[in-house]
Amino acid sequence: MIFERRLTFHLDWALMGAILALSGMGLLMIYSTTYDLGANRAGTEFWRQLQALVLGVALMALCMSIDYRSLTQRSLFIYGGVILLLVAVFFFGAQRGGARRWLPLGVFNLQPSEFARVAIALVLAMYFGENRRGARTPSDLLVGAAFTLVPFLLIARQPDLGTAVTLLPVYLGIVYLAGLRMRLLAVAAVIAVLLSPLAWNYALKPYQRERIQTFLDPEREPRGAGYQQIQARVTVGSGGLTGKGFGEGTQGGYGFLPVAHNDFVFSVLAEEHGFLGVLVALGLYLFVILRSLDAARLAKDKVGTYLVVGIVSGFAFQVMYNITMSAGLAPVKGLTLPLMSYGGSSLIATFAAFGLILNVRMRRFTN
Amino acid sequence: MTSPVQHEERHSFSVRLTVMKAAVILVFSTLAVAFWWLQVARHEEFAAKADANHIRTITLRAPRGVLFDRDGQIMVVNQEIQNISILREQTENIDETLARLAEITGADLATMKAAIAEREKEPIFRPIPVIENATRTQVARVKARLIEIPAVIVQDVPTRKYPDDRLAAHLFGYVGEVNEQQLARPEFATLSPGDIVGHSGIELALNSLLMGMDGARYVVVDSKGREIEHLEDEEQAPVDGQRVKLTIDLDMQKALEDAFRHYKYWGAAAFIDPNTGDVLAMTSLPAYDPNAFAVGIDQATWTSLNKDPLLPLTNRLIQGTFPPGSTFKILMAVIGLQEKLITPQTRVHCSGGGVFWGRPFQCHRVHGTVDLRHAIEQSCNVYFYTIGQKLGDKIDIVHKWGERLGLVGKTGIDLPNEVPGFIASSEWAKKTRKDGKWYPGETISVAIGQGAVAVTPMNLAMFAATIANGGTLFKPNLLKEVFDGKEWKSIPRPEPKAKTKMDPEHVKAIREGMWMVVNGAGTGGRARMPGYDVAGKTGTAQANISLENRARLRGEAARRFRDHGWWIFFAPQAKPEVAGVVFTENSEHGYLSAPIAKHVLETYFAKKEKRPLPKLVPEGTPTAPVAPAAATGTATRPAPGTGGHSTPSGRSGQGTGGR
Repeated sequence: MIFERRLTFHLDWALMGAILALSGMGLLMIYSTTYDLGANRAGTEFWRQLQALVLGVALMALCMSIDYRSLTQRSLFIYGGVILLLVAVFFFGAQRGGARRWLPLGVFNLQPSEFARVAIALVLAMYFGENRRGARTPSDLLVGAAFTLVPFLLIARQPDLGTAVTLLPVYLGIVYLAGLRMRLLAVAAVIAVLLSPLAWNYALKPYQRERIQTFLDPEREPRGAGYQQIQARVTVGSGGLTGKGFGEGTQGGYGFLPVAHNDFVFSVLAEEHGFLGVLVALGLYLFVILRSLDAARLAKDKVGTYLVVGIVSGFAFQVMYNITMSAGLAPVKGLTLPLMSYGGSSLIATFAAFGLILNVRMRRFTN
Repeated sequence: MTSPVQHEERHSFSVRLTVMKAAVILVFSTLAVAFWWLQVARHEEFAAKADANHIRTITLRAPRGVLFDRDGQIMVVNQEIQNISILREQTENIDETLARLAEITGADLATMKAAIAEREKEPIFRPIPVIENATRTQVARVKARLIEIPAVIVQDVPTRKYPDDRLAAHLFGYVGEVNEQQLARPEFATLSPGDIVGHSGIELALNSLLMGMDGARYVVVDSKGREIEHLEDEEQAPVDGQRVKLTIDLDMQKALEDAFRHYKYWGAAAFIDPNTGDVLAMTSLPAYDPNAFAVGIDQATWTSLNKDPLLPLTNRLIQGTFPPGSTFKILMAVIGLQEKLITPQTRVHCSGGGVFWGRPFQCHRVHGTVDLRHAIEQSCNVYFYTIGQKLGDKIDIVHKWGERLGLVGKTGIDLPNEVPGFIASSEWAKKTRKDGKWYPGETISVAIGQGAVAVTPMNLAMFAATIANGGTLFKPNLLKEVFDGKEWKSIPRPEPKAKTKMDPEHVKAIREGMWMVVNGAGTGGRARMPGYDVAGKTGTAQANISLENRARLRGEAARRFRDHGWWIFFAPQAKPEVAGVVFTENSEHGYLSAPIAKHVLETYFAKKEKRPLPKLVPEGTPTAPVAPAAATGTATRPAPGTGGHSTPSGRSGQGTGGR
């Protein structure tokens, strides 16, 4: 038996319940938006997501069963493996909409970038957690930054800036916890601001510039790039207090809001279940984040704390950004809502990540 | 266990984790407020936008009222055509959609772009037809590939089917989409662009009766424009336009246009029931095909119709004014008798002309001594010059009688853009002339329908009807009955415009003179129908060109400036049932108009007596003996009136006709 009784006793059922509740809600939203009106049955997306959920739960169980310390000790291998997969995407990746993000694996397509976050959290937790010295030196920060930048660049080149950006909070969360001096952060911010005109002109692609401009003024091009943003607001706003009812959403259901089951799943939730549904979902996400941060505090060693904080930082950033975007209040980025959005790799990777958080909390009393 | 360093680290961990928690709570609270703002505070605004996204309003066109003739024969019906239209809100790239559509249907891309450009300012949710009256093939192709062109829709549009052969085109007029000028008018205030209204003729005059009210269907669509469901509870059924029976007799109408074709003239004509003012038949030729308008006329056809020198769009019957020529002598006869300048027995000697107010005036022949009846019969100018001379400068008397009998002003027919008839008056002379005077010599010219007189064929038709009924001037009436959904309801006829008491002896003398025009030695012999006592008067209208210029013209141009022929008539003489006018363009002689009237009158009487309708046999084919009156055994009625007067010379020779 992999699980000792003691471990199952300390399993955080509340966190696990919240996670399952959120992914269940996501599943329902996917069912609603992708329902095949012609054939009068659930769309294929629903079944694929359900399969991914089962796989995710299995992978979560696997991630709980192995002591996280043995994983962090092997984190370099895991990290290296993910880097290899990311490199492989360039050569064997399936191209969709001008981007190579997926490795075709026969039955399903694997999106390695979704696993990069976990890998970075593991390797940074190992690096900062195993370090016995008290204070952090600037070189530690640089090494950590290097670990983050390699996959960041690989993913950004796919191109998938949205997913790449979610790696940064993992790093920032960990270095903040590790005692990064605020002065350094401030200097970095000043440099970033000074560099931004350069970045605007040289680093950003035209479509990226377009997106930012469109965000600042969505009506500028209501049929083009601003369309999603306007429709997102219409979707959310038309939901009202109690929503239009399950399966009654017209914006998502009739295709006025593009990728409703994916990046904009929260908009559909807002449309069909209204402000009350939004409050429930926001509450569950908030609970998941706070409960995970508790796990970080309770961890029996620094490795565990860092690991949890790394994972939660990436997760929280992505959740907050996606929900803001779902309300049409942030530039549209190809960024999924963890646990709810359609996407097998995202769901499985997220479950694996929470497996690690549960793992840390579960083993807080073990040696 | 834990070292001090580790303890310190733990403490700082805990502080930083708390900061993180606080930050997350802050962000989530802000998000909750933002969603409240969108979903509760601004809910209605966004709900309306969401509805506009997915609820499409489809206009259910009300079928226009069908037009029947006076006996209930169908004349104008509705037919469904299909338009292929673009929903601009459904496409991001309209040029691409149009290019695709052009490829699929083979329609002209430039024309479609022009159609869009023309109506660009209309609200974006309103479909714009780019292919009107699409062929079945085009519709089938578009429907098969709707997935590729989601912004394209096929609209069923009820439109009009007018009779073939351009029958009564100017009477019916045509329909089309309401234009901007019309929308600005109060009677069209409830319409929106794209609605179909009458643009001319009866379609315009009776538009409010015929139009009905469009309904609406609300359809839920997805972002690709596919219809998901109908909101049946919300549907508003269209209210059909009312069916209308016109006063027109379809058989007479056909006979009239057949006769024009047969005798190869352009022109105009109207047949009136002199006892009611009902218009039994009317035409203006050449005509246009109203069907071309009903399905959406293209620019090229429109331009060519407008530029056609034959003016097919002009309704000559009510929009063309011409000198009435000798037909005006009938008015002069009325004036002479009623103003006691002459009696029916007054005799005047014609020596082929005369000098009036110091100027010579011609007659076309030496008539000898004639009384009024014979003066009318032979169209003696001198007789009527004499009446003109007695009037002197009192042109207002002519104007007054012209007004009473229908030659001055508009007849008031229920058709748009009628032009008034004109007879000079002292007031007119005062206004338009430097010296403000009317000269007696001018009255002499007016006396034979020349000079400052110009009337429409419709004026003369109503004049003929008024003479026929003995002085009651009706407003020409086109509307007989309206179907109110259960039964046909008669429409009360308008009050007569004027009732003039005329001495029956006077009326009798004039009618008999006109009877002699046809049945005696007059110029109207070609209208003779034994047993039916047709009465009439020919006239010649000079084309609007000087004699010197006309002499220079050759060929087709010369033909175009030949004189026009008038024929006014009624029958039977003693108790008229039909009166009217036939105007043939460039025919030179009024008597050439007469056979056209004759054919229509034969049709009228054949129909009344339930005999087979007469047919015109193309020239060159042997004519079958037609003697309807003799065939039915009706004896030729005795010549009315003056008893022993003779017509020794028979019909006058060529070249005297119409004068």
